[in-house]
Amino acid sequence: MSISFQDVIATGPITVVSIVALVVLIVETIRDKTELLTCWISITGLVLAMIVAFTSIENTGTAYSGMVNTGGYANFFAVVFCIAGLLSTMLSKSYIQKENIEHGEYYFLLLLAVVGMMLMAAAADLIIFFLGLELMSVTFYVMAGFVRKRQASNEAALKYFLLGAFATGFLLYGIALLYGSTGTTNIESIISRADILPPNTTFLIGLGLLLIGLAFKVAAVPFHMWVPDVYEGSPTTVSGFMSTGGKAAAFSALLLIFAPKLVNLVGPIQEVLAVLSALSMIVGNVIAISQTSIKRMLAYSSIAHAGYLLTGVVAANASGTKGILFYLIAYTVMNIGAFGVLSTFESKDRQNLTFDDYAGLSSKKPVLAGLMALFMFSLSGIPPFAGFFGKYYVFVGAVEAGYTWLAIVGVLMSVVSVYYYLRLVVLMYFKEQAVISEPTVSSLGLTALVISGVAVVELGIFPSTVLNIIANFF
Amino acid sequence: MTAETVLFFIVAACAIASAVLMVMQRNPVMSAIFLIGNFFTIAFLYLILQAQLLAVLQIVVYTGAIMVLVVFVIMLLNLGDEKKLTERFDIKKVLGVILVFGFLLEMLYLFGISEETRVYAGLNPKAVAVGTVESMGKAMFSTYLFPFEITGLLLLASIVGAVVLAKRRL
Repeated sequence: MSISFQDVIATGPITVVSIVALVVLIVETIRDKTELLTCWISITGLVLAMIVAFTSIENTGTAYSGMVNTGGYANFFAVVFCIAGLLSTMLSKSYIQKENIEHGEYYFLLLLAVVGMMLMAAAADLIIFFLGLELMSVTFYVMAGFVRKRQASNEAALKYFLLGAFATGFLLYGIALLYGSTGTTNIESIISRADILPPNTTFLIGLGLLLIGLAFKVAAVPFHMWVPDVYEGSPTTVSGFMSTGGKAAAFSALLLIFAPKLVNLVGPIQEVLAVLSALSMIVGNVIAISQTSIKRMLAYSSIAHAGYLLTGVVAANASGTKGILFYLIAYTVMNIGAFGVLSTFESKDRQNLTFDDYAGLSSKKPVLAGLMALFMFSLSGIPPFAGFFGKYYVFVGAVEAGYTWLAIVGVLMSVVSVYYYLRLVVLMYFKEQAVISEPTVSSLGLTALVISGVAVVELGIFPSTVLNIIANFF
Repeated sequence: MTAETVLFFIVAACAIASAVLMVMQRNPVMSAIFLIGNFFTIAFLYLILQAQLLAVLQIVVYTGAIMVLVVFVIMLLNLGDEKKLTERFDIKKVLGVILVFGFLLEMLYLFGISEETRVYAGLNPKAVAVGTVESMGKAMFSTYLFPFEITGLLLLASIVGAVVLAKRRL
């Protein structure tokens, strides 16, 4: 049996991005100074993949002898990953020029990371899930260390690689035990097997190990140790991409495997998830308060957001899952935006990254300061911005599922988070200092920032645009 | 006693001998050579069990890739004066020896003496079929074709990544 044409079409977004990635690599090898060309090829390819994913969202089914899901959930996430990849590519252009790391391989790796993410969201089989995860992780390890001359970047890459490989070991062992106890690697069969037979110890240990691997990737406490150092050391646009696309991909897989049905069937897993969620919210938010570097603050805030999102997994009902999907798309635009603004001000020797550097920014750069304020409001979950509705739905889900205490912890911790997000806004608008150097922002990067800003407002005022699409999945 | 059993005992004796010799060498390079011998004899044992694919993989992965790593490490560590390594009596070593013999006795009991676990009625034909190159290839190029292709992308990403991180000039 060979690959049939229908399978290639059915998995359209994956096919398109893979081919574009290979084209980028070939163009890069046959000609010199192709950075501008490869950048535009990537942008075109990602837009194309997004259109393909969006138009074929209705054609649900499986492809490649039941290995991957197509349409619906998979395509929704394909769109999210394409948005993350697209915004990151647009923002990266001037940033990697500034850092002297403008190589075509950057775009190649970014595109392959998107392919890996799509595979994770589309996985119908644990093998595909694992390969997708590895494809994404391997490219992230390299992208984290892309500024080869900078020690912090090397440190980030090595730390991420060693800890990531360790987490992969747990994950693979979990998959092996699940296979051992159920005799299949098909995700749906595993879940339905848990329905028929009461889960035995091997099955539970397998699920637990798998959860460790995934909790590492979503940056949930206590598997979060790598996050601050990796996000701080990596190139800023890469940090933005890792924290949004990577998190969305890990959550898409988490929702596939730890689907509401399985979480409701296996009681202990729900308890464990609840503890992970509460710990992430508390640790992430409390440590973020004391940060002086904005990049590090955003890293801890990313841990906190993993906690909010896990609340939706714990809830294991319609509102919870709906909330996660909405939250992920909102988080993608607002967090890439925040990292994007950071990347424009960052000077070559990693200056201009602390809170104090941003004092009095509004008088000097009103547009960038306004956008940054917008992203900060949205991240803290203040209505009417996108971040609010994401939090609202996951907390409603938790209350419906009887986890009121978790929702209360979440709301209290959101209040804590307002302090450090709004501290930046206060500094930008109510302080007179303005010593920050001139930002390097290309028209491409500014377009990406404006798109993110508009999306944050749009999703906040008209959440139904996304919610109507999501409603058909479950 | 069939010819197969005789062959098994000869190969097994070689495997044990090479393993013991490997541990007893003072020179790490000699150790590595005996380790290769051990890998080969184990691959031979797999062949006797009719697991051809496993035998080939054992040779390709262990004697090929893993041994290259071992030799690299020996080379990089520059182990010159092995005479300095003096053996000392140590509680950890005693524990190790006890564990080894305990494990050996357990294996002997499970597979040789206990009636409950000694279900050794020849080879299961299904298990034999799984071990062949043919069945593996069939699975790899039909049901698991897509993962196979994705592995290609994964390898490509790793190669490009290694070049990006390590090449002096890009």
